[in-house]
Amino acid sequence: MKFVDEFQDPKLVKGLLQEIGGLAKRRVTFMEVCGTHTMALFRYGIRSMLPDHVNIISGPGCPVCVTPTNILDAAMDAARKENVILATFGDMMRVPGSSSSLEMEKALRSDVRVVYSATDSLGIAANNPDRKVVFLGVGFETTAPSIACTVLGAARKGIENFKLIAANKLIPPAMKALLEAGEVQLDGFICPGHVSTIIGSEPYEFIPKEYGIPCVISGFEPVDILQSVLILLRQIEEGKSGVEIQYSRSVKPDGNPVAKRVMSEVFETVDSDWRGLGEIKASGLALNESFRERDALEYLGIELKEPVDPPGCLCGEILRGLRSPPECGLYGLRCTPERPVGPCMVSSEGTCAAYYRYSGGARP
Amino acid sequence: MTSGERILLAHGAGGKLTRRLIEEEILTRLRSPILKRLDDGAVIAFDDLRLAYSTDSFVVDPIFFRGGDIGKLAINGTINDIAMCGAVPLYLTTSLIIEEGFQLDDLRRILDSMRDAADEADVEVVAGDTKVVSAGGADKIFINTSGIGIVQKEVGGSNAKIGDKIIINGFIGDHGIAILSEREGLDLKVPVASDCSPLNGLVSSILRATEGIHVLRDPTRGGLATTLNEIALQSEVGIRIDEEMIPIRDAVRGACEMLGLDPLYVANEGKMVTFVSPHDADLVLEIMREHKGGANARLIGEVIAESRGTVFMRTRIGGERIVDMLTGEQLPRIC
Repeated sequence: MKFVDEFQDPKLVKGLLQEIGGLAKRRVTFMEVCGTHTMALFRYGIRSMLPDHVNIISGPGCPVCVTPTNILDAAMDAARKENVILATFGDMMRVPGSSSSLEMEKALRSDVRVVYSATDSLGIAANNPDRKVVFLGVGFETTAPSIACTVLGAARKGIENFKLIAANKLIPPAMKALLEAGEVQLDGFICPGHVSTIIGSEPYEFIPKEYGIPCVISGFEPVDILQSVLILLRQIEEGKSGVEIQYSRSVKPDGNPVAKRVMSEVFETVDSDWRGLGEIKASGLALNESFRERDALEYLGIELKEPVDPPGCLCGEILRGLRSPPECGLYGLRCTPERPVGPCMVSSEGTCAAYYRYSGGARP
Repeated sequence: MTSGERILLAHGAGGKLTRRLIEEEILTRLRSPILKRLDDGAVIAFDDLRLAYSTDSFVVDPIFFRGGDIGKLAINGTINDIAMCGAVPLYLTTSLIIEEGFQLDDLRRILDSMRDAADEADVEVVAGDTKVVSAGGADKIFINTSGIGIVQKEVGGSNAKIGDKIIINGFIGDHGIAILSEREGLDLKVPVASDCSPLNGLVSSILRATEGIHVLRDPTRGGLATTLNEIALQSEVGIRIDEEMIPIRDAVRGACEMLGLDPLYVANEGKMVTFVSPHDADLVLEIMREHKGGANARLIGEVIAESRGTVFMRTRIGGERIVDMLTGEQLPRIC
């Protein structure tokens, strides 16, 4: 892993900070929309090094956090059924639904398994032909291609007992919804590196065109993030706005055509409920007609309930960049990483969890 | 905990939930003041003789892994807990809980490895117990070991002093990543062996050389971050560490990046943190580096008077952040 060292070089960091200091003349607010950026900002102490008037806030970039309770409830309903193995990513285990969590269901003897990738769940299905394996698929454009590949793999290998709860979401429609709502004033977007590796830069072009807001697609190391901040400041300085790719070692303007093709082969775009943002048009992925028989909820006869948010929880406002975690009455008191109330406290990429972890849980 | 609550895997992960379980449920019922100190083992005094006494159970999955197996781990685990009390471990006991149908050949292999580990550390297994449970009643084999030793110098998590230097005896995260890379279903081929090894020799050497050792603690479950937080709380001091100085193998760093783990929270089975007065830090480093188990020893931080109960880290790029205790689990059944 030698290749990350250059991107953590203290000398480069120092030089970038000097340039940023020279360009940052007025107060600016940039939003990142990626859980990995949220984590990196805290993990490397980047905010503590930036000038005070360069403000980076976190938007709806954590897939666990934006998944509404009704999807979790449905996954738990599935896990409770006889002969079902529920497989999902580790981060989903502790997210509270309306009354329980997958972690709790596991303790109550449901067969819930953590996998590191969707394809692992296909292996479980192949090894347990007499049981139904339900994969709870969440995430953005990043996990969607591998989940799509898993569905295609199941079809190709004739693994009929593999079913999917399709709950993937798309990032650009959420960015549009944020801008349309007009609640938060932004001077720039730090666009997600992993998502953009799949979709490329084109899907963000509407942001500078229609809203005049600069965008940069950023990597995840300290040097990446600081370079990205510098790119946004330069666009502001020059009075222009566009989508620039800082993370060019991974992101191409047209993304990954193979991944995009696989996604469109399996999924169709549907309106989707986001925690904190409500329903957003064409922002979710559902199995299309040819793969409908893989739909776990339809297969098991599980109906989605109305999503409910825990009373007092500000995750919605936090996901929209309107509030910071310590402004929530539950933060650090009733809501902690070991006993989370809202989803932003559960996922390690959630804004509240990152804030809590790296500030020692202190309330100001 | 309120009634109706259940034990979750995270209660066994060695982080905040484990601590809460111990404080709220166990210490309120088993009310020994010695237990309350929450050190790796108990120190009990009989007139002039001070004995260290510790126990540990091992449920690691898989039972055989690169660099060791459940037997070696069980012997070294208790030896190290006793050594962390500043004691010379002498006698161990063991209990085996075996699942019906377990391969006798595997049991022989584990017992041989227990004997070898005991020989290497110069301890003797002097009593034991064997139980067999029906298939499904346990997963293959669980091992408990307990042991006693004679205290050389009393050290403990509450003895850290402002100004103390903090030393780690080598690369962190090896054990956790070795287990992870062989865990069924993960299929991660990382060429890292567990660091599972006895620390009693190293401890004896540094305790003989200096009076300046204040705290010894092995960062097993919950990793270095959790151990330092425990000490900061127990000693009511602040701790500052330097990310640049913490020895981490490239393979471990790479595997952690890939899996979204933080090496500071990954388990070790042959590492210890030593808090030593600044005057003796160089001497301790020198002694450690001559020792097999300390060739890569490094000074990683110091004890500060500010922000008591908190661990800070200067990041590689020069920023600063808080390093909290582990919450939840990074990976179950690591030891």
